[in-house]
Amino acid sequence: MPEEKEVILTFGAILMMMFGISLTWGGASVCIAIAIKKRNI
Amino acid sequence: MKREQWGSRSGFILSAVGSAIGLGNIWRFPYMAYDNGGGAFLIPYFFALLTAGIPILILEFGIGHKMKGSAPLTFASLNKRWEWLGWWQLAISFVISVYYVVIIGWAFNYIWFSLSQSWGADTIAFFTENFLGLTGSPFDFDGIRAPIVFTVLIVWTINFIVLYSGVKKGIEVSNKIFMPILIIILLILLIRSVTLPGASKGLELLFKPDFSRILDAGVWVAAYGQIFFSLSIAFGIMICYSSYLPDKSDIVNNAFITGFLNCGFSLLSGITVFGIIGFMMHQSGGELPAKLSGVFLAFATLPEAVNQLPFMQTFVGVLFFISIVCAGMSSEISISETVVSGIMDKFNLSRKKVVTGYCLTAGLLSLIFTTGSGLLILDIVDHFINNFNIVFAGLIEVILLGWFFNLNSVKDHIHPISDFNVGAWWNFCIKILTPIVLGITAVQNFIGDIKTPYGDYSFAALAGLGWGVWVSAIVLSLILSLIKWKKPLKIDH
Repeated sequence: MPEEKEVILTFGAILMMMFGISLTWGGASVCIAIAIKKRNI
Repeated sequence: MKREQWGSRSGFILSAVGSAIGLGNIWRFPYMAYDNGGGAFLIPYFFALLTAGIPILILEFGIGHKMKGSAPLTFASLNKRWEWLGWWQLAISFVISVYYVVIIGWAFNYIWFSLSQSWGADTIAFFTENFLGLTGSPFDFDGIRAPIVFTVLIVWTINFIVLYSGVKKGIEVSNKIFMPILIIILLILLIRSVTLPGASKGLELLFKPDFSRILDAGVWVAAYGQIFFSLSIAFGIMICYSSYLPDKSDIVNNAFITGFLNCGFSLLSGITVFGIIGFMMHQSGGELPAKLSGVFLAFATLPEAVNQLPFMQTFVGVLFFISIVCAGMSSEISISETVVSGIMDKFNLSRKKVVTGYCLTAGLLSLIFTTGSGLLILDIVDHFINNFNIVFAGLIEVILLGWFFNLNSVKDHIHPISDFNVGAWWNFCIKILTPIVLGITAVQNFIGDIKTPYGDYSFAALAGLGWGVWVSAIVLSLILSLIKWKKPLKIDH
C-alpha cells in the first residue's frame, strides 16, 4: 500500500485552529461563568 | 391553558444547542471551511456569528419570550398582517421534519451495518444501489425500502414519545440525554481521528489559511450562509423554544452560549472529519476522497475510512452513526415541536391530539423518501428549502422586524432580565448588515437557479418538488393566516 510522508502542521494552520477553538469554547466558557455567577444555571 | 415551561435554564440551553447542532455541523461546516480558504474562513465565519447569528438568536429569543407564543402567534401578536410569516416558517419546519427523519433512519441502519462493516469495499455502490436502491429519476419510485421504513418508524416513535411527553418531561429530558452522549462520542472520535497516521495532513487541509480568499465576496456569503443554516434561525424553532422560558429568564447570554457552543461543536467535528480524511489520503498515497460533504461523506466516505482503520473498526463505526442519530434527533424534535406548538396555539388543541395527528401525517409523507427515488427527491426539496425558503423567510423577518417594528421594545423587554445588555451594534446588525448579506444571498440564489437549473433534474421535477413546494408553502401560510384564532390574540403595542 503506498504511504505518504507524514505532514507536520504548519504554524498558520495551528494558529487558526487554536484561534477557532479558543474563540468558541473560550467564549462559551466565559458566558457560562457569567451565567453561574449571576444566577443558577 | 397555561403555557408549558422548561424545568431549568440548562434544560433550555441544551435544547437550543441540541436544535442548532445537527447534521450540517458534521457534514457541511468542514467542507465549507476547506473549500473557502481553510483557516482563513474562520474570520468571516466568526464575523458572521457575531453580526448575524447571535443578533438574530437574541431577536428570536426576545420576541418568542415576550409574546409567549409559537412563530405564528408571535408574529400575529406583533402585527396581525405578519402572521403568514410565522406559518411560512412552520411550513418550512414541517417539510424539513418529513425528510430529516429519513436521514436519521439511515443512520440507524448504518449502526447495524457497522457491526460487521457489511457495506463492503465499494461503499458508494453499497449506499446507492444495495441500500437505497436508487433509481434514475425522482418520479421513478420503484417501491419503498422495507429496512428504511423500519428505522424511520423507530425515529417517528421516539419523536412521538418525546413530543407527547411535553416540554419539560419530553424535550428537556431527551436533550439532557442526547447532548452529553453526543459530546462524549465526539471527543472519543476526535482523539481516535487525530491519532491516526496522516491525520495532520487532513488538519493542514482544513486549517491552512489562504488569506487571499478573504477578499472574495463569495467566501463571506458562504460564511453567513453556514452560520444562518446552522443556528436553526428563521424557521420558528428558537421563537418557539424561548416562549417556554419562565418570565425572569436570561435572553442575551443564552443566545451567546448557544451560538458559541454550536460553532465550537462544528470546529471539533471539522477536526474529526478532516483527521479521518488525512488518514485516508495517507493510506491511498495522497489521493483526496471523492466525497467530502453531505450524505455521501457520512454514508460512503466515512464507512470507507472505517474499513481502513487498523483496529476498533466496529467501535468507531457504531459510535459515528450513534452521533449522527443523537445530533439528528435533537434537531428533529425541535423542528417537530415548532409545528406542534403553532397548531396548538392557533386551534387551541391539546398537545396529545396535535402530536398524534402530526406524527401520523408527517410519518406517512416521509414514506416517499424511503422509496428508490427518495435521495433524489430529498436532494431537490432540501436545496429549495435552504436556498429559497429559509433565506427568503429570514430576509423578510429581519426587514419587517428591523424596519417596521420598534426594535428597542425588544431591548426594553430583554435588558432587565438578561445577564448583560446589547448595545447599538445589535440594532445595526439587524437593520443594516444582515438584510444586506441575506439580500445578496437571496438574489444570488434566485439568479443562479434561474440561469442554471439545479442538478441534472428534469423541469417537471424541479417545478413540482422545488419551486412548487416553495410557492405552496407561501400560499398555505397566507390561507392559514386568514383563519380566525380560537383564543383572543394578545396584541403588542
